[in-house]
Amino acid sequence: MLEALDILLQANFWAATIRIATPLIFGVLGALLCERAGVLNLGIEGIFVAGAMSGWLAVYLGLPLWGGVVVAALTGALFGLVHGMLTVPLGLSQHVTGVGITLLATSASYFGYRVAFPNVATPPRIEPFPPLDVPFFGDLPFIGPILDQQTAFTVLAFVCVGGVALVLARTPLGLAIRAVGDNPEAVEAQGLSVVALRMGAVMAGSALMALGGAFLTLSAFNAFYFGMINGRGWVCIALTVFASWRPGKALIGALLFGALDAYQLRIQTIAGGVVPSQIFLMLPYVFSIAALVLVARRADYPRALMKPYFKGQR
Amino acid sequence: MDRRMHPDPRPLVLSLIGITKRFGPLTANDHIDLDVRAGEIVALLGENGAGKTTLMSILFGHYVADEGTVHIADADGELAPLPGGSAEAALAAGIGMVHQHFALAENLTGFENIVLGTRPLWSFGLGGREARAKIERLIAESGLAVDLDVKVARLSVGEQQRVEILKALYRDVRVLILDEPTAVLTPQEADGLFATVRKLSAKGLAVIFISHKLHEVLALCERVVVLRGGAKVADRPTAGGDRAMLAELMVGRAIPTRERPPSMPGAPVLSLTGISVGKPGERDRLEDADLEVRAGEIVGIAGVSGNGQGALAALVAGLAAPRAGQLHICGHPAVAADPRARLAADVGRIPEDRHRDGTIGALSVAENYVLETIGESENQSFGFIRRADIRARAVEAIRAYDVRCPGPGAAIRALSGGNMQKVVLARVLEREPKLVLAHQPTRGLDIGATTDVHRRLIAARGRGAAVLLISEDLDELFALSDRIAVVHAGHLSPAMDAENLDVKTVGLMMAGHSAGEAA
Repeated sequence: MLEALDILLQANFWAATIRIATPLIFGVLGALLCERAGVLNLGIEGIFVAGAMSGWLAVYLGLPLWGGVVVAALTGALFGLVHGMLTVPLGLSQHVTGVGITLLATSASYFGYRVAFPNVATPPRIEPFPPLDVPFFGDLPFIGPILDQQTAFTVLAFVCVGGVALVLARTPLGLAIRAVGDNPEAVEAQGLSVVALRMGAVMAGSALMALGGAFLTLSAFNAFYFGMINGRGWVCIALTVFASWRPGKALIGALLFGALDAYQLRIQTIAGGVVPSQIFLMLPYVFSIAALVLVARRADYPRALMKPYFKGQR
Repeated sequence: MDRRMHPDPRPLVLSLIGITKRFGPLTANDHIDLDVRAGEIVALLGENGAGKTTLMSILFGHYVADEGTVHIADADGELAPLPGGSAEAALAAGIGMVHQHFALAENLTGFENIVLGTRPLWSFGLGGREARAKIERLIAESGLAVDLDVKVARLSVGEQQRVEILKALYRDVRVLILDEPTAVLTPQEADGLFATVRKLSAKGLAVIFISHKLHEVLALCERVVVLRGGAKVADRPTAGGDRAMLAELMVGRAIPTRERPPSMPGAPVLSLTGISVGKPGERDRLEDADLEVRAGEIVGIAGVSGNGQGALAALVAGLAAPRAGQLHICGHPAVAADPRARLAADVGRIPEDRHRDGTIGALSVAENYVLETIGESENQSFGFIRRADIRARAVEAIRAYDVRCPGPGAAIRALSGGNMQKVVLARVLEREPKLVLAHQPTRGLDIGATTDVHRRLIAARGRGAAVLLISEDLDELFALSDRIAVVHAGHLSPAMDAENLDVKTVGLMMAGHSAGEAA
């Protein structure tokens, strides 16, 4: 029993929590940006795959690591453009289009990988982001080892949380994005373009999602595997509701999920003999479902979410 | 005529010349000319479909006119053509519009809604102190008091409208279009709005006031432009005009005055005793309400939307069960939320939202006509629909209620609002119910269709039905009701004799004053 609590005192556990949470932070931020503007983006799962694959491939082909990050973001924005074109000016079903984007992006990534590497037994590797050497704080007991295990990519995730929060709360652009997800007519009547705002938000959100994927291949691991995204995108969709579309709460939700996942990995080794490991594997997902059920019932959805807008129709 | 030689010395700010807009075979605007001068309050009067909204949408850049030009005065007072199809250009030229359905983001505060779109998107901050000072100055000048830091969702409808007007004023508009602005207000709020509009026009603002309420047009506006069937049929000063004349111009024929024989109430049909419905925290609920509607009378329920009318309608229609109290229909207790049992107890309901609750858009006129009685033997045998019989009866109803539609097999969503409502009326009234629940039965209908609905309700009363009329239109309530009760924040006043009531008293009660204070 004490061993179960002892996990919480290990720096290793907290370091893993942050590592697991990082791609989710990007994903939830991206999803909430799209949804704040009124567009559900179920392409997220596929955009994760495309970001992971394209970012990794760019680095493998010789670009610097940050170049890979940029390539991943651009790939995400490109899929965001496709999703946006279909759902915003054309007003197609956001569910159907999103699932279509996921299938397209996933398959295109796998296909591209197979074309590039037809005959490999072990996946080719790259040199990923190195752990940070944090000055001063890195030397503190307990906190130090946690920080020193993180990479610059994780720092970028935390910067993005602040950035998205600041833009949404404090700038005319953020005001317009929040307004367009609530009542596009209000935006139109003030002389702003609903289509441009929504397209922009979907592309920026999709770029963030792709960064979540790229983190896995450029920082957490050093190669691209099939099936490595493993539902992380869907978890982000649930966490977005949990976060009530707020960047700060998105960070908390992602960290909670990361902590549960890190915890179940460690408790398996302790209690694995008694309880089947699958039970532990389920834990984070059970948490997402439970949180969703509890929070979603009184969630304050953006009023215009999933409602296409056509100019001149009231 | 040379515009410069006009006897009115005030400068022209807006001039529409030969505006024409066609949608397929329909000509929504047919060569309309309209001049508006600084400081003038012009009414734009017309029935639904007369082309008012299309004209204003062209002015505000939602549509592009097929023919004709819009000229607006620039800063020096020179008229310059306005490029079409751009709300941004219209705003920049000084045209502001307050839509009937507010264009407000409810998740933002009043302040945020007002400054939305007024600063470059790629900048930081929302204009802070400077913007706030300007808004506060506008509030002081116009009397449009509103809390700027509360989310719009928490503001009352009247306050939301004030935010809408402030939004336009903040952009220094020279022409303000108000689209049916009083539809959502109590009479006192409407008076407040009129005072504001007069104040603003005295400062030189030109106001276009879109309405179909004739007394408001006569009270507020100095000139009235009447549209009918897409064309301008009159442009004259309101002085010397009266309601009958305006109504005739608007409809194109004389409106028959309503025949309303004296009421001869019989036994109670609907009776509520100490009824409470809805959650205690909600605004749309009833608390300890007493009401009686007798056979052969129309009882009107007045109130601003969302003060308990929804709860009352749901209770009577059998969609909500009361928390406390007794409900009797024709002397029998009826408590459970069971819409089927209500139909069986001869309650007919005309729902508030005919699109959402009154009809099923994808089904045909005939299918909608038998929706409530599909289980009865005249409509089905052994579980199969008797299509030929239903069709025959639908054809009969279409004729009797003068429903304009391609035929009984047409999808009902293709019908206009008035014709859709006629199908609902036919469905409800042909069963000769003992109790008719009419919730906003004329909302969104033009004068012709409204007159028809009123005639039918009075006829139902004449044959001995009890009618519960819930409406926000005080003209309608006073025209039809034998007794009127007022609902405010869940509290229902006793029903008062309509003969001895005046609009002012009801208006004050709608705002929450008791009958004693109001009288």
